[in-house]
Amino acid sequence: MNILTYLIPISLILGGLGLAFFVFTLRSNQYDDPEGDAQRILSGEYDDHPKQD
Amino acid sequence: MTATMRPPASACPACAAAPAAEALAAQSAPAEAHIVLSLPTIHCAACMASVERALNDVPGIRSARVNLTLKRVSIEAAPDLTAADVIPVVERAGYEAHELDNSALSATATDKAGRDLLMRLAVAGFAAMNVMLLSVAVWSGAEGPTRDLFHWISAAIVLPAVAFSGMPFFRNAWTALSARRLNMDVPISLAILLAVGTSLWETSLSGEHAYFDAAITLTFFLLTGRYLDHRTRSVARSAAEELAALEVPRAWRVTAGGDEQVSVSDLLVGDLIRVRPGGRMPVDGEITQGTSELDRSLLTGETLPVFAEPGHTVSAGEVNLTGPLVVRASAVGRDTSLHRMADLVAVAESGRSRYTSLADRAAKLYAPGVHILSALAFLGWLAVTGDLRVALNIAAAVLIITCPCALGLAVPAVTTAASGRLFKRGLLIKDSTALERLAQVDTVVFDKTGTLTAGTPELTNLGDFTQRDLEIALALAEGSSHPLSQSLSAAARDAGIKPANIVNVTEIPGHGTQGTWHGEKVRLGRASWVGGGHAIQTAAWLRVGDGPAQGFLFTDRLRAGAGETVSALKQAGLKIVLISGDTPLAVEALANRLGITQWVAEALPQDKSARIEQLTQSGAHVLMVGDGLNDTAALTAAHASISPASALDAARVASDIVLLGGTLAPIPDAISTARKATRRIRENFTVATWYNVIAVPLAVAGLCSPLIAALAMSASSITVSLNALRLR
Repeated sequence: MNILTYLIPISLILGGLGLAFFVFTLRSNQYDDPEGDAQRILSGEYDDHPKQD
Repeated sequence: MTATMRPPASACPACAAAPAAEALAAQSAPAEAHIVLSLPTIHCAACMASVERALNDVPGIRSARVNLTLKRVSIEAAPDLTAADVIPVVERAGYEAHELDNSALSATATDKAGRDLLMRLAVAGFAAMNVMLLSVAVWSGAEGPTRDLFHWISAAIVLPAVAFSGMPFFRNAWTALSARRLNMDVPISLAILLAVGTSLWETSLSGEHAYFDAAITLTFFLLTGRYLDHRTRSVARSAAEELAALEVPRAWRVTAGGDEQVSVSDLLVGDLIRVRPGGRMPVDGEITQGTSELDRSLLTGETLPVFAEPGHTVSAGEVNLTGPLVVRASAVGRDTSLHRMADLVAVAESGRSRYTSLADRAAKLYAPGVHILSALAFLGWLAVTGDLRVALNIAAAVLIITCPCALGLAVPAVTTAASGRLFKRGLLIKDSTALERLAQVDTVVFDKTGTLTAGTPELTNLGDFTQRDLEIALALAEGSSHPLSQSLSAAARDAGIKPANIVNVTEIPGHGTQGTWHGEKVRLGRASWVGGGHAIQTAAWLRVGDGPAQGFLFTDRLRAGAGETVSALKQAGLKIVLISGDTPLAVEALANRLGITQWVAEALPQDKSARIEQLTQSGAHVLMVGDGLNDTAALTAAHASISPASALDAARVASDIVLLGGTLAPIPDAISTARKATRRIRENFTVATWYNVIAVPLAVAGLCSPLIAALAMSASSITVSLNALRLR
């Protein structure tokens, strides 16, 4: 049963990390244009020189 | 005073200087121009890239980013750049572009409520996943201290998660209760709170059953429904706002120092306003200078342009056709007749809330029933066993199991699927109950001008003229931007006519065009000016020298898809009525052309709505399709209403559904989709009811373990969502 003392915190931390990343994506407007983002990956525009904001 | 003005002391001088430098920069640099354009035709990765590339090459533009979901591009540019400079760039790249009014759009720029719901949904999802892992361990046989430990960990996750995620329900339930009403959120909140409360109690007594997982999954499913509902409405709202923002409200004010362009909201009574040909009147007022013709079709339904000269009064919304006019404003902004009509619509609209949606009717039956049932279970078990703990546990189980997961998803899931499908075909559902009302429609009332017809004239008697006359008419027509002239020149060009050689072509605003051909005076224009007779139809008259005047006759061009729509609706067994403010001859001609047997002409706005009331009283459910100001009362009086995107703002506000494209063709499809959607909603309610019929006796009998509650709840929610997806 000792394994639980590792597994439970690990699962909570991993889940929490996922939640934190979701909050980050939500805060940085990444759900404003789902259709455009899906199409944008097809463009080779910035492949060699990522756009600097 | 001076002491407080000093910048705060800081360890590093740069830190102290930085904010001051920033403030300085903000003062000296003028604000950046933020331009938003609507790009209705973009659809792919290549479109986005080419628009962005074209815009980024323009000097002065700092950044341009296309939003494909909203079909817009937002541009950050140097302050002296305007939309008029940018639109040609996009058009050269091959895409249609329209300026959007920034101030009208700001409300949907960031969707705060949607973001808030999404955040709560994510927290609920995270908590549900973790708690479910622990619960599975308990269900598969964890005993004693292990089970207690798992329950305590679940409690630690669920308590803050429910407190945060359940907020929208708690808030709604509280407002309903403090207004002494019951709504769907009351049983929801009570179930969540009771589930968490009894679970805590059970856990502290190291009991077997804890409903932490049920409480949090319940919150998660219900939030999903709420978010779907919100998404549907925010798409409709942002598209509706975009329609309004397309008309950038600006006017030219005449001042001593020349004309200046101002926002319509800055106009005052008594201001002189210059309205150019093709422009729409921004105010009510009196003409002080210039002669022209006015197109009043949006307001009255009349197709013939009306002559206008100094002394005539004009109303906001009328379109100036030929000559520049100067108008002295007598009513501006909210006082114009256009806005007063829109306000009347708002009053009429509040009367429409008499329609209660299916969901509300279900909630009205449901909420009291659930509470009574769970109270009875509590009292019954308390009386039989005398054990408060058992009785409370069972009452909580009843509330959880009956809790309307499926009901909360039944309507939003279906309306999201249906409005998404209709939006793709160019129909925008504005009202949340519009689909349900549209499904009940059995009579369709059409307006004529601007709805069944496109409002642009079409020449009918080209063959009656000699080659020579047509050449002269073409040359004269090309000197004018009057809609009749433009239609005439288009028709003549199509027939292969070349313009005659006419010198001194001049346009007399409000009358017509004249010129000299081989030394003879030639004229094309209104009957009274040219000397023509009376025509029953819209006509432009041509006179060569002293010869007799001849009339070019025009009829309204049918809107795309009008014929197909009428016949499809007739085939579907709907009754069709045509009501118009135009002359009987024009209306009859159109009715015959489309095969409509019932028609009413010269109807005043009151007549239209009275006629619809009359139809409603005889038991019909009327769908009104119209676009003008004279239709707004009828649009609100009808059971459901549709207006094209070209309609006046007031009409679009009044209607439930807006047609985004130029064609009427999606209307029959909208009705059939609405019927299917209502059928799905009813099916979903049936599913939810059956699930309750099976699960509730189990719960009342005390057999409902947390495992059964979780299974039943998830199964019903998933069934309902899948059923909604069948609509796509």
